[in-house]
Amino acid sequence: MRNNAGRGGIGLFAYAIFYLAFLYVPVLFLPLFSFNDSVFISFPLTGFTTQWYGQMLADGAMLHALGNSLQVGAIASLVSTMLAIPTAKALTRYRVPGGATILGIVNLSLFIPEIVLGISLLILLNTAGVPRSLATIMLGHIVVCVPFAITVLMSRFDGFDKNLEEASLDLGENGWMTFWRVTFPLVLPGIISSLLLSFMVSFDDFMIAFFLSGTDATLPVYIWGELRFPARLPRVLALGATILVVSGVLIVLAEWLRQSGTEQPQRAEV
Amino acid sequence: MTTADSTTGGGLTARLAHFYRRSEGARGLVLLSPTMLIMLAALAAPMALLALYSFWTQDGYVVDKTPTLAQYATSFGRATYRELFYRSVEISSLVTLITVLLAYPMAYFVAFRAEKSKFLWLILLTIPFWTSYLLRVFSWKLILGYNGVINSGLMSLGIIHQPLEFLLYNPAAVVVTLAHAWAAFAILPIYVSLEKIDRSLLDAAADLGDGPIRRFFRITLPLSMPGVIGAAVLIFVPTTGDYVTPSLVGGSGGVMIANVIEVQFDKVGNWPLGAALAMASMAAVGIVTLLFVSAMRAASARIR
Repeated sequence: MRNNAGRGGIGLFAYAIFYLAFLYVPVLFLPLFSFNDSVFISFPLTGFTTQWYGQMLADGAMLHALGNSLQVGAIASLVSTMLAIPTAKALTRYRVPGGATILGIVNLSLFIPEIVLGISLLILLNTAGVPRSLATIMLGHIVVCVPFAITVLMSRFDGFDKNLEEASLDLGENGWMTFWRVTFPLVLPGIISSLLLSFMVSFDDFMIAFFLSGTDATLPVYIWGELRFPARLPRVLALGATILVVSGVLIVLAEWLRQSGTEQPQRAEV
Repeated sequence: MTTADSTTGGGLTARLAHFYRRSEGARGLVLLSPTMLIMLAALAAPMALLALYSFWTQDGYVVDKTPTLAQYATSFGRATYRELFYRSVEISSLVTLITVLLAYPMAYFVAFRAEKSKFLWLILLTIPFWTSYLLRVFSWKLILGYNGVINSGLMSLGIIHQPLEFLLYNPAAVVVTLAHAWAAFAILPIYVSLEKIDRSLLDAAADLGDGPIRRFFRITLPLSMPGVIGAAVLIFVPTTGDYVTPSLVGGSGGVMIANVIEVQFDKVGNWPLGAALAMASMAAVGIVTLLFVSAMRAASARIR
C-alpha cells in the first residue's frame, strides 16, 4: 500500500491545499477590507487604514453588545459543562443500559433545525409569561451547548487509563476523593476545552439569540442589525476580523488541551 | 440481585445501597439522569408547545385554542409554501451532495496520507467552522455582490466591463455559501470512519491482487459509508432550516422555508401558522433523511 502512495499522494496533497484555500480565502476578505481606506467593499484597494478599528472601539452600542455576549457565553459554557461532566463520565465509565439512546436524547438538539429550537423556546417563554432577556438567551444556549460539551468530555474520558481510578479506589480513597485527586486532574484539560468550545458556540450563535433576545442584544444580533447600513460595514468588518483572530486562537488552545496527554498515561500528575 | 443475599438482615436501604455500589448501570444512570431530565424538559416542553400551537388559530392579537387542522391545510395547500418546501429540500440536498463529495478526498488525505501532520490538518480544517457563522455567510455577500470582490476584481483587471448580476441573490449563491459554511462538518465524520478501517484489510486485498481502484470501491468506500451517511445527515438537517444564508445571499429567488417561518413570528404575527410550517418542515426533513439513510444502508450492504 505504501508503494503507490507517492503518485496518488501528490494529487491528493494538491487537492488538500486547494480545499484549505476554499475554506480560508472567502473568510480572509474580511480582514483584508477591514484595513482598506474606503467605505466601499470592492477592488481596487485604495490604501491602508486602521480607522475602522478606531471606530469599532469607539462604538458604545457595539461594545455593550460584546459585553452581553461575553456574559451570556461565560454562564452558558459554565452551566453546560457542569451538566455535561456527570453525563460524559457515566457514558464512558459505566455500562449504562440504553446508553446509546440516552446519548441520542441528550444530543437531540443537534438534529433540530436552529430556527425550530428558537421559535419553540420563544413559545415556551411566552406561555410561561417569562419576558425575554439575556437570561433567556443563556437558557437557549445551554440547550445547544450541552451536546458539544458532552462530545468533548467523552473523548477526554475515553482517552485516559481507567485503571488509575480503580487503583485509587483499591488503595482506600473514597469515590469523592478519587474523583477530586485522580479523575479531575486528568480531565481538567477536557473541561477547559469544553468550556472554550461551549463559549464559542454561544458567542457565535445568532438564530437562538435572535428569537430569545429582548431589548438587550448579543453581538451577532447586533451585527445582523448593522449589516443593513452600508456606511457601518467597514466597522463590522474590523469587528469580524478581530473575532476571527481571537476565536482562532481560542480554538487552537481548546484542541491542544483536549488532545494533550491522551497519548501516554500521565503518571506524573497522579 | 444475588449480591443482596450476603447482606444479612440489612434492610431495604442497605440492600439498595449495596446494589448501587455493585451495579455499574445503576451508578451510571444516577450520574446522568439530572442532565438527561433537564435536557429532555428543555427540549420536550417547547416541542410539545410548538405542536400544540400548530393546531390553534391566530385571531387578531389572541390565539383561539380550538383544535383545527387549518394551519396544516394552509401549509400544504398554498402553492408558495409548497414551492418553498421543495426548494429548501432541493437546495440542501444539493449542498449535502457537494459538501460530502468535496470533503471525502480531503478526509481520505488526512486519514491515510497526512501521517505525522494529522493533528495539524484536523485543526486547520476545524478552525473556520468555529469562527462566526454570520460573518462566514456575510463574506459571500461581499464576494458575490454587484460591487463585490469578484465583480470589482474582474473589472479592475479589465476582464469584464459590466458587473455580473447573476452572481448574487439566487439559489446558486445559497448553495455555494452553504457548501462553504458547512464544509468542516462533513470532514470530521468521514475522517473518523476512514480512520477506523483496519489497514490489514487493505493489505490483504492488495496481496490478493486487487488494484488501488478496485480496493477503494470494495473495501474503503463501503467501510466508510457510516461516516458519509452521518456527514450527510449532519449537513442536510440544519441547512434545510437555515435562515441566515437565504436572507443574506438568496434574494427573492432564493427564499427558503425558514424565512417564511420567521415572518410568522415577527411582522405578520401568525404563530400557529409558523408553528405548523415548522412542524411540517421538520416532518419533511425527517422523512427525506429516513429515506436517504435506509437507501444508503441498502446500497452499501449490496456492495459488500
